[in-house]
Amino acid sequence: MLVTLSILLENKPGALMRVTGLLSQRGYNIESLTVARTLDPTLSRMTIVVDVETRLRPHLLKQMNRLINCLQANDLTEGPNVVRELVLLRVRAAQENRTAILKEAEIFGARVVDSSVEGFALEATGDGEKLDEFVAVMATYGEIEVTRSGAVAVSLEPKKLRLSPPVPKAQGEPAGTVK
Amino acid sequence: MAFFTEELEIKNERLGDLEPMSNLMNGARILLECLVRENVDCIFGYPGGVTLPLYDVLYDHPIRHVLVRHEENAAFAASGYAHATGKAGVCCATSGPGATNLTTGLVDAMMDSIPVVALTGQVTSKLIGTDAFQEADTFGITRSCTKHNFLVKDINELAQTIHEAFYIATTGRPGPVLVDITKDVLQGQAHYTPVHEIHLPGYKLVTEGHAGQIRRAAQMMWEARRPYVYAGGGIIAAGASGELQDLVETLDAPTVCTLMGLGGLPSSHPNFVSMPGMHGSYAANMGMYECDLLIALGVRFDDRVTGRLAAFAPHAKVIHVDIDPAEIGKNRAVDLPIVGDVKKVLTKLNRHLKEFAPTMQEERAADRAEWWQTVRNWKEEHPLQPVFSATEIKPQHLMYEIDRISGGKAIVASDVGQHQMWAAQFIRFDEPRLWVNSGGLGSMGYGLPSAMGAQMACPDKTVFAIVGDGGFQMALPELATLVNYGLNVKVIIMNNGYLGMVRQWQELFYNNRKSAVELSAFPNIEHLGAAYGIKSRIVHTPAELQAGLKEAMEENGPYLMDVRVSQYENVYPMVPAGGAINEMVLAPPQPVAVPK
Ligand SMILES: Cc1ncc(C[n+]2csc(CCOP(=O)(O)OP(=O)(O)O)c2C)c(N)n1
Ligand SMILES: [Mg+2]
Repeated sequence: MLVTLSILLENKPGALMRVTGLLSQRGYNIESLTVARTLDPTLSRMTIVVDVETRLRPHLLKQMNRLINCLQANDLTEGPNVVRELVLLRVRAAQENRTAILKEAEIFGARVVDSSVEGFALEATGDGEKLDEFVAVMATYGEIEVTRSGAVAVSLEPKKLRLSPPVPKAQGEPAGTVK
Repeated sequence: MAFFTEELEIKNERLGDLEPMSNLMNGARILLECLVRENVDCIFGYPGGVTLPLYDVLYDHPIRHVLVRHEENAAFAASGYAHATGKAGVCCATSGPGATNLTTGLVDAMMDSIPVVALTGQVTSKLIGTDAFQEADTFGITRSCTKHNFLVKDINELAQTIHEAFYIATTGRPGPVLVDITKDVLQGQAHYTPVHEIHLPGYKLVTEGHAGQIRRAAQMMWEARRPYVYAGGGIIAAGASGELQDLVETLDAPTVCTLMGLGGLPSSHPNFVSMPGMHGSYAANMGMYECDLLIALGVRFDDRVTGRLAAFAPHAKVIHVDIDPAEIGKNRAVDLPIVGDVKKVLTKLNRHLKEFAPTMQEERAADRAEWWQTVRNWKEEHPLQPVFSATEIKPQHLMYEIDRISGGKAIVASDVGQHQMWAAQFIRFDEPRLWVNSGGLGSMGYGLPSAMGAQMACPDKTVFAIVGDGGFQMALPELATLVNYGLNVKVIIMNNGYLGMVRQWQELFYNNRKSAVELSAFPNIEHLGAAYGIKSRIVHTPAELQAGLKEAMEENGPYLMDVRVSQYENVYPMVPAGGAINEMVLAPPQPVAVPK
């Protein structure tokens, strides 16, 4: 099944590799992955959609939480949340189609980000299914080129962030040998 | 901004004036300073270009450095050291080939949850990514070989990182941590300030155990009619042997210790059944099958223990205590999970159990008597006992003799193969941290170097390295290390002329077609010993065995013994891979005559 994970990660070199490595090491295929800094620039927020056997779903979350660079991993597949994706699409449009395309774009709430004699560049956001439809509709007008961002998700319930507090370092014998 | 740094500089200068000794030092010395503060007394390593600054400061430093003869063995030795002490074992290698040579040892420590800190040199930060001489992506390569790893490119982060590495390696579920340090960091100068605090906000440690769950566990244990304790390496890692003993005595439950858990409950303890699993005893495996409550403590339901999962402990409710939440329910659904340090959990659990003990022990007495009678019957039906012959040395006989010398007290480091299984079956361990072996990864070549590590850690203990004729040859270069450091390790080669364990599988599952398992051209051990200056002996007959071992024990230093055992002996009982735990292949009848 497709599982949506939201992961709060320390923004450190190699941290992303630990997340993707964990998934590939266990043979899970990543459907989409987005990552960007949070308000706190030392942290990043990732949304991953991954194909996992249902039975292994809780296990995957525990594995993620085991990563030392991972501050919190949540499963947002169910429960109150909003999942959105962005698509950027270029469509070649013959003169006679231009108005129809703009109409369709409006229905999907898409914005025109570029217009030229060859056609349009459009931008749309929404859930994956709506964007699938949008892309399918646009494909009927001519040659298209599509770039999708992958899902970004936010939970509508506050998720309590439990962080480990600092621990005092037990002091061993100082080296008497420093010269 | 400039203002600020200037101010800082002035402040530092003043501090320098005040302190009699400047704390400005190079990265290598900062590293050693941190190691000393982590109570490291010994490093297993091999030098190279980028670790030169480190070796320069090691030159006149009291931390002992053991020059192994191959980096893989540095990691194995560090693991042996950690096995024997519970402290982190430390190994060290240069960049590129040095670091890649460590990887098997790191994965081994990962699989068996052994605290190891690996220090590797890396090319100068400026050169990273240029395919510089001896550059390898150590940080990337060891990501999946370690519990965590670090790359240090800034000398100001060195001290903090080293202490974090030790903290991660030794807390929670222990494991290997690698710190890759660039040469410019080792060479550069910085002011050393002791680290007072570790802050890893994402390192989630749950140690206490849920109070309600612990109470319910105690209740379930008293309710059970046929409780069975399945104790693993977690007991050893947590130092929970005493608590385990307390628990099994209160409950009077039969107890099995896994390959990694041997010594967790003394082998001579009346409640100890034996080791379960693929080569576990009949009684141990039948107990797993028939129990109505499985009390799993610091174990991971490894496939070598459970066999086919659907047929594993099919009548039992399961209580699983483990410090790693990701282990709970991974292979087997659990009725009552408790995440926590097994020592802390058992301490509380024992209190609850004892609260009800006066009445419950009496109430359960009849059930226990019946349960124990069943276990005893299994033991009698198919006992786990060594076999002997008057003409040839049976491998089991060899282990029996070593057991006799050890008396449950010696450190036994084993390699991987048939000899490992016989050693686990027949050598008793009356304390934790005596049995050193590669369980999860099953890395051949582990036995000799891990024995070196254990011997460095415990110079006063008798240390055996029990190795096969195959695995011995994988670790051969370390004979020089034994001599170099006068390490008192008794290397016992169980020589069956074959890669015995593979030969056994070929016999049982591949029509006895012995493909690439014959170990011809085995060196003459007496010549080999002479070449290295190690006292050595080849033992051919049962009559010579005791005398040979006696000589080995009397030698104050390393000893090499090539014991020619019967070649075609198989390890039994055996649960074939993927088989049900109660359907063991049992040993064909053998003559049993106990030697004088
Ligand atoms: C590094 C490595 N390579 C291969 C194996 C597969 N393997 C497992 S046991 C074994 C045979 C070991 O032979 P030997 O050391 O003579 O021990 P014996 O089984 O004969 O006691 C082999 C090849 C392994 N465990 N480790
Ligand atoms: Mg062999």
